[in-house]
Amino acid sequence: MSWAIEIEDLTVAYQQQPVLWDVDVVIPSGQMTAIVGPNGAGKSTLLKAVLGIVRPAAGRIRVLGRPFRAQERRVAYVPQRADLDWDFPATVFDVALMGTYGRVGWLRRPGPAEHALARTALERVGMTNLADRPIGQLSGGQQQRVLLARALAQEADIYLLDEPFQGVDAPTEATLLEVLRWLKQQGKTIVVVHHDLSTVAEYFDWVVLLNVQCIACGPVGEAFTPDNLRRTYGGRMVTPVLSTTSA
Amino acid sequence: MDFTLRIVMTGAALLGLISGSLGTLAVLRRQGLIGDTVAHAALPGIVLAFLLSGSKASVVLQLGAAISGTLAMLWVQSVVRTTRIRFDAALGMALAVFFGLGVVLLSAAQHTAGAAQAGLDRFLFGQAATLLREDLLTMAVTGALALGLVLVFWKEVKLVLFDEAYAAALGLPVRWLQTLLIILLVVAIVIGLQTVGVVLMIAVIIAPAAAARQWSSRYGRVLLLAGLFGLLSGALGAWISNLAPRLPTGPIIVLLLTVLVLLSVLVAPARGLLWQRYRRRRARATAQQAVVAVLQELAHHHPEDYPHPTATIQAALGANVPVEAILRDLERRGKVQHKPGQGWHLTNPPHTP
Repeated sequence: MSWAIEIEDLTVAYQQQPVLWDVDVVIPSGQMTAIVGPNGAGKSTLLKAVLGIVRPAAGRIRVLGRPFRAQERRVAYVPQRADLDWDFPATVFDVALMGTYGRVGWLRRPGPAEHALARTALERVGMTNLADRPIGQLSGGQQQRVLLARALAQEADIYLLDEPFQGVDAPTEATLLEVLRWLKQQGKTIVVVHHDLSTVAEYFDWVVLLNVQCIACGPVGEAFTPDNLRRTYGGRMVTPVLSTTSA
Repeated sequence: MDFTLRIVMTGAALLGLISGSLGTLAVLRRQGLIGDTVAHAALPGIVLAFLLSGSKASVVLQLGAAISGTLAMLWVQSVVRTTRIRFDAALGMALAVFFGLGVVLLSAAQHTAGAAQAGLDRFLFGQAATLLREDLLTMAVTGALALGLVLVFWKEVKLVLFDEAYAAALGLPVRWLQTLLIILLVVAIVIGLQTVGVVLMIAVIIAPAAAARQWSSRYGRVLLLAGLFGLLSGALGAWISNLAPRLPTGPIIVLLLTVLVLLSVLVAPARGLLWQRYRRRRARATAQQAVVAVLQELAHHHPEDYPHPTATIQAALGANVPVEAILRDLERRGKVQHKPGQGWHLTNPPHTP
């Protein structure tokens, strides 16, 4: 199996407080990986460290076998919806087009090729008819679709998504999942910070259980065990979810 | 129009255009209040520049203003980085300390060094009448450079304003772009200090953006509109302040901007309050028609005053329609009648076929 992302001995600290501590994680190419763990486990920070947005205190990260800096345009990021200012003056199409900014280069404007990419991406997430709508008028599910469209327009090889299923309606969840599965068919690597333990086995191939340290990392069938979950979530795990996953 | 007035109005218009559009960048980044600290913190720089150089040339004073404004920002950043004091508290602290120092220096200078003749106190509330032709040139050149940078780095600036993390993930030099934005903000403020004054400068940064945002949801248009609003208020404010002697320009420009913001919030299409109210009213009328239509439909199969339960009507319209409230409304207007415990029927049912 080839690795899309290899993380070795990664430590990240905010104000002396470790958010990630001595984390070793590998993520396989061409598969769908879930990162799960309780609040404050460092899930988002792990994505941001891979993207080079936060600076690690220690450790090595390799993306497609090389340091991230050399690979930035091949990795697309879908941030948490709540991190953005949706009152920003922009239309749905504007946001999708931002995905192409990396390939356009300095001092140039997106051209017909980039506009086509943005349109195709919006079509893929079912937002074509809302292209001219100000983003301030979108529902939560529509916001999430736009952010995914922006990542699609980037035409990356690896997609890192932070809680894409958080608070979206059922049709959006279905659309998002469909798009992610389509990406997987294209041989892309998908990494999702995920909060709904009951869908992990159904949606994902590989799982990373994280709570500041990496508790387990492997194929869902091997790593997603009641025992590992209890170690990840401490005593706070609710058993009904465990029973569905062990079934 | 006489020559001086033309200079003064052109200067104030230029300032409004530049500060209004550049200020929008800070507002969109939710950092408008940084401008207030930079503006107030400029005062000690202005006085010190005068004391050290003995010159009252605007360029010299503006340079002093830019330096002490920037120093205040750097101080805020280092306080946030090294202590547990939060950003807003640090901003307030820097504002108070620098401005306090500025006022002390100003009153000391006025006793000793003839600063009164230099008219340094015009920097408190602004005096457009003191603008000279070379001031206009400085403003035009600085402003053109700053706006030029916004055009050159158009998409990069836009992306950093909207989504810093994504910009970083794309490999844009986010740190560098943030610095650029701070520099542009400092330029936007320093350019207006002589005309508007340190105390009220923040309004010229924030108000045009706030008004423009009401009229458009496109990034480029908001920037352009903010610039135009700033330009208009500047020119008009300078003209009004010229009508009476010693009328400070800053407060007048700010009052004009306030009127502009209020008008925009009230009447702008889509986001304006009046528009929203009109839309709400129309939505309510449509919903009422729908409820009446359901009752008419039901009346075809039942006696005229046969009461229908709320749930029956609700089921026909879906859960999103506030059926109960609409029925009460219709009852008040005499269109429907209520039989307690049983339900609703039309006051004037259609003739059953």
